[in-house]
Amino acid sequence: MLEARPAGVSAMLGTAACWLAAASVLGAFAWVLGDLLTGGWQALSLEFLFTMPQDAGRAGGILPMLVSTLLILAVALGSATVIGLGAAILLAEYTGRGGWFATLVRRAMDVLAGVPSIVFGLFGNAFFCIWLGMGFSILSGGLTLACMVLPILIRSTEAGIRAVPDSYRHGAAALGLGRSTTLLRVILPAAMPGLVVGLVLGTGRAIAETAALIFTSGYVDRMPGSLLDSGRALSVHIYDLATNVPGGTANAYGAALVLITLLLLINSVTGLLHGRWQRATQVAA
Amino acid sequence: MPTFSGFILSQRSDGLLLAALRLCAVASAGVLLLIALFLLAESGQGLTNIGPERLLFDEAWYPAPDASNGQFKLLPMLVGTVAAALGALLLATPLGVFSAVFCHNIAPTFVATAYRRVLGVLAGIPSVVFGFWGLVVLVPLIGQFEPPGASLLAGILILTLMIVPTVALLSDAALDALPRSYAQGAAALGLGPWATATRVLLPAARGGVATGVMLAAARALGETMAVLMVCGNVVRVPDSVFDPVRTLTANIALEMAYAADDHRAALFVSGLLLTVLVSVLVLLAHRLDAEPAHA
Repeated sequence: MLEARPAGVSAMLGTAACWLAAASVLGAFAWVLGDLLTGGWQALSLEFLFTMPQDAGRAGGILPMLVSTLLILAVALGSATVIGLGAAILLAEYTGRGGWFATLVRRAMDVLAGVPSIVFGLFGNAFFCIWLGMGFSILSGGLTLACMVLPILIRSTEAGIRAVPDSYRHGAAALGLGRSTTLLRVILPAAMPGLVVGLVLGTGRAIAETAALIFTSGYVDRMPGSLLDSGRALSVHIYDLATNVPGGTANAYGAALVLITLLLLINSVTGLLHGRWQRATQVAA
Repeated sequence: MPTFSGFILSQRSDGLLLAALRLCAVASAGVLLLIALFLLAESGQGLTNIGPERLLFDEAWYPAPDASNGQFKLLPMLVGTVAAALGALLLATPLGVFSAVFCHNIAPTFVATAYRRVLGVLAGIPSVVFGFWGLVVLVPLIGQFEPPGASLLAGILILTLMIVPTVALLSDAALDALPRSYAQGAAALGLGPWATATRVLLPAARGGVATGVMLAAARALGETMAVLMVCGNVVRVPDSVFDPVRTLTANIALEMAYAADDHRAALFVSGLLLTVLVSVLVLLAHRLDAEPAHA
C-alpha cells in the first residue's frame, strides 16, 4: 500500500540516511585529500619535480618518474588512438546498432574494460616483454596500457561521432561528397570533442595505473634513455616508496600529491570540455 | 560536380577506408582474444603438471618452479578475494544507492551537482594512492584497536571507498533515465521524495542499480594495489575481519617477480580465474542494463 505520509517516520529516517550516506562519502573524501595535502605539502617544490631521486627515493626528486610516465602515456595513447578511432568510426558510421559484428566488438570492449589491471600486467609481461622480446621497457608498458584504455577511447569517440547531427551527412551527400571525404572533412572535425574527451579520460586511467606496469615497464628509477629502457612510472614510485623503502613516506606523500594534482587537472579539463561540447551539439542540432 | 574518374577514385578510397576501419575493429576485439589465449597458454602446461584439484586441496601455498616439489593451495587467496569484495559490496551498495537517491530526490540541485562531481573525482583517484592512504592512516588506526591493523577490514574499507562512486553514479543514471511520468504520478498521489524514490523509482530502476552493483563487484574482485598495501598478505583463511589476508591479485603482484615455470603458471591460473569471474559479472551487468525494466 502506498501511504501519503510526507512527514512520516520512515520518510524522515530515509531522508536522514541519504544525508548521512552523502556526508560519510564526502567526509572520507575530505579525509583522504586533506591527509595527502598536509602530508605532501612540505615535500612539494620545483626542486622535487625536477631533480633525480637519491638514496632509493628517500631524498631528491622525481624527474625520471615524470619523464617515464609521460613516455608511457605517449606510447599508450599514440597507439590506442589510431586503432580506437578506426574502430569507433566503424561502429558509429558503418554498422547498425543491432548487427552481429558490432555487437561482438561492443561486448568485447565491455569485457576488456572490466579485465583487472593485474591481468593486463600478466598479459603484457607474457606477450610484449617475452613473446615479442621487448623486455621490461617503456614500450611494453605503454602498449599494455594501450590495450587497457582502448575501450574508453572507443566508447567516447563513438558517442562523439553519433552526436554529429544527420543534417551534416545529408548536406555532404547533397554536395556530392564521397563517404570517405564526408568522414574526414565533415564528420570527424565535428566529432573531435568526443575523441578529445576519450583521450583525456584515457590519460586519467593510464596515469593512475600501477599493477599493469610493475611487470611490463618495470621499476628502474634511472632516467630512461630510449623507449626500450625500463622506466618507473610515478604510481609505481609511490608503491615502492611506501612499501619497500623504510623512511620513504615523506617523499611518497609528495609523489602522491603530484599524481592527485595531475588527475584533478585532468578531471576539470574533462568537465570543461564536456560542458562546452554539450552546448555546441545543442546549438548545432 | 564530381567527374567520372573522381567518382571511381572516391569509390576506391571508400573501399580502402572501410577495410582499414574493419581492421581496427577486429584488432580491438582481438586484444581480448589475445589476452585469453596468452592466459590459457601460460597456465596450460603448469595446470596439467599441478592438477586443478591440488589448487584446492594441497596442504598449503609453498610454490616451487617444479610442481612435484611445491604445494599449490590457492584456496585461501580465493577466500580472501571473495571476502574482501563481498564485504566492500555490503557497505558500498547501501551507501551508493542512498547517495543516488540523495542526488536525485533529496538534495537541492547545486548540492547534488557538487556531490556528483566529488563522486567523479573519487572514482578517478588511483588505487595506489588509496592504498598509500590506507597504509599510513587506516592501518595504524585499526591497529590501535585490534593489532596488527593490516587486515581484511582495512581492505574492505578501502575497497568500499573505491567502488561507492560506481554504484552511486550508475544508480543515479538509472534513476535519471526513468520516464518523468513516474515521478509526476507519484507526486500526484501525494508521495514525498523518499516514498517516491523507494516505492516507485528504485523498483523501476532496479536493473540499472543491479548493473552498478555488478560492475562494482567486478572492480572490487580485480583491484590489486590498494588491497596489496593494506591487507597484510598472510596466506590463510581469516577467522575475523581483523585477520590479515592475501587476495589472488596481491599474490600475483607479490610473486610474479621471481616466479618461474609451474609457479608462474599457477599465478596465470589465478589471473585466468579472475578474468573469467569478472567477465561473467560484466556480461551479466550489461545484459541487465539492456533489458527494458520499464516498458
